[in-house]
Amino acid sequence: MENLCSINNLAACLVQGGMNPDLANLLTTLGGVVLVATVPLVTVIFLIWVERKVAARVQDRIGPNRVGPFGLLQSVADAVKMITKEDITPQGADKFIYNLAPIIAFASVVLIWAVVPFTPLHIGADLSIGILYFVAVASIGTVKIMIAGWSSNNKYALLGAFRTIAQLLSYEVPLVLSLLIPVMISGTMSMQEITRQQGGMWFFFMAPVAAIMFFIANLAETGRAPFDLLEAESEIIAGYNIEYSGFKWGMFMAGEFMHAFTACLLTAVVFLGGWWGPGVEQIPVLGFIYLGLKTGVVYLFALILRSTVPRVRIDQLMTLNWKWLVPISVANVIMTAFLLKLVQWLNLAPQDGTLGAALPQTIILFAGNLVLGLVLFNFIRNMGRSQRLADQAVPVLGEHEESPVHAVGD
Amino acid sequence: MLEFNASTVAFIVFALFSLGGALGVVTTRNLIHATLYLILSLFGAAGFFVLLSAPFLAAVQVLVYIGAIAILIVFAVMLTRSMTRLRELYNRQWILSGVVAVALFVLLMVGVILPVWGNNGSQVGKPISDTVATTVDLGKALVDQNQYVLPFEVASLLLTAAMIGAIVIARDDRE
Repeated sequence: MENLCSINNLAACLVQGGMNPDLANLLTTLGGVVLVATVPLVTVIFLIWVERKVAARVQDRIGPNRVGPFGLLQSVADAVKMITKEDITPQGADKFIYNLAPIIAFASVVLIWAVVPFTPLHIGADLSIGILYFVAVASIGTVKIMIAGWSSNNKYALLGAFRTIAQLLSYEVPLVLSLLIPVMISGTMSMQEITRQQGGMWFFFMAPVAAIMFFIANLAETGRAPFDLLEAESEIIAGYNIEYSGFKWGMFMAGEFMHAFTACLLTAVVFLGGWWGPGVEQIPVLGFIYLGLKTGVVYLFALILRSTVPRVRIDQLMTLNWKWLVPISVANVIMTAFLLKLVQWLNLAPQDGTLGAALPQTIILFAGNLVLGLVLFNFIRNMGRSQRLADQAVPVLGEHEESPVHAVGD
Repeated sequence: MLEFNASTVAFIVFALFSLGGALGVVTTRNLIHATLYLILSLFGAAGFFVLLSAPFLAAVQVLVYIGAIAILIVFAVMLTRSMTRLRELYNRQWILSGVVAVALFVLLMVGVILPVWGNNGSQVGKPISDTVATTVDLGKALVDQNQYVLPFEVASLLLTAAMIGAIVIARDDRE
């Protein structure tokens, strides 16, 4: 039977055409690497435009519309401006690590794209530890901030770097704990396998608390609002990247946008079913489109959140993490482990990948999450009520009384 | 015989990372650079884990050593000032330490490496086992009652005690 040369079997095609099999494999692998590394770079140009337009519309203005149709070439104009800016290195800066920091900033994000499953057949590297690889690469990102803050020879950059590291290290805990839930449900850490097991029901419906926790922790990890203390323009000017100008700053910015998009991409893969959609088994390339759509929805949500919610203070940030997110994540892990064992004991575990088989487990897990959510909601409501009553009962500030402004969780 | 394939190239690269990083740690005059060389060396160790078919350990090595311990070392170095321009590269005990290092190397070679992988060693001629343990086996071994569940639980108790101790030490004496 004539083998159609498509993108699915390019290596076999080349071998048929008479090429050495090792060389054909090497070429297809190189081609895959170039593709996986180039797609985020090209996407980020489009993303900056989307971000500015959405932020503008939320703020009841139009956004960039001068350069190109609908302002689409605005990012290109910005990139050209950044490249042509003077490249200043501060005096006394450590040159080697000053230049190394933007490289690590970009590399640590593009490396994540290697384990993202785009379609049932196309994935960069199907590691058996895909989820752990993502967490490990995300933790390399803290190194770049440290060396950027230190090598700038500027005490504000250093202080900004310290605050950033505190935030990033703290929010890794709920990130990892909430990623444990899909690993427990699917029984594997491989991204492709986790996506494949969402054929019956997306993990979002089995573990909504974990999905929301993962989304919030990712927002804090990438430094998006409301957690954008890292580059709070009105407070500490630019944090750890004060002293970077020109294209090096552009690399930091592009790295941050790409990191936010990658975080939304991973939320879509792990919780929203990845490349699943109608007809994807027959035409695998449709997986790209479905994944893109789901990522776009999550990213739009993150963008609107950025323009809506005010920035949190550093102590509110720490309180939110250690007093709320970590206990909720731990309770979620315990509850999910117990419920999964219960499902197994009742012989309700999904045997195949259809909707009907996955439904009993979904209902049980969703009920558990609902109980957890209701308990949490009650707790917050009671605390808010007691704070409101306490505020109303203190009409005059005495000498030794605290002011009525409380952080959440005090 | 030594075959030259991708695995050998990877081994050489990771060996260069580990040894080059370690060499950089001890010879550089700038403590921040020393920390970065340490990170490079730890990366090489993670690469060795991958070559030994232990991807879980490689990822955990990067996550724990580079993502947490190296950051801690960088913090500690940054908060001690005037350590970025070391004057002396050696102190007066370098002869003794050189002797100890060479003795340790000879001991390792004669006592551990040669008996196992030398000419009449115990591992030469045996096939590499075709049941390579996976991450699932590691996970099961850590909670199996016949294997490693007791060290696992004791280690988590130790970590909890360390965390509580750190919180107690670092807290303000307000009340």
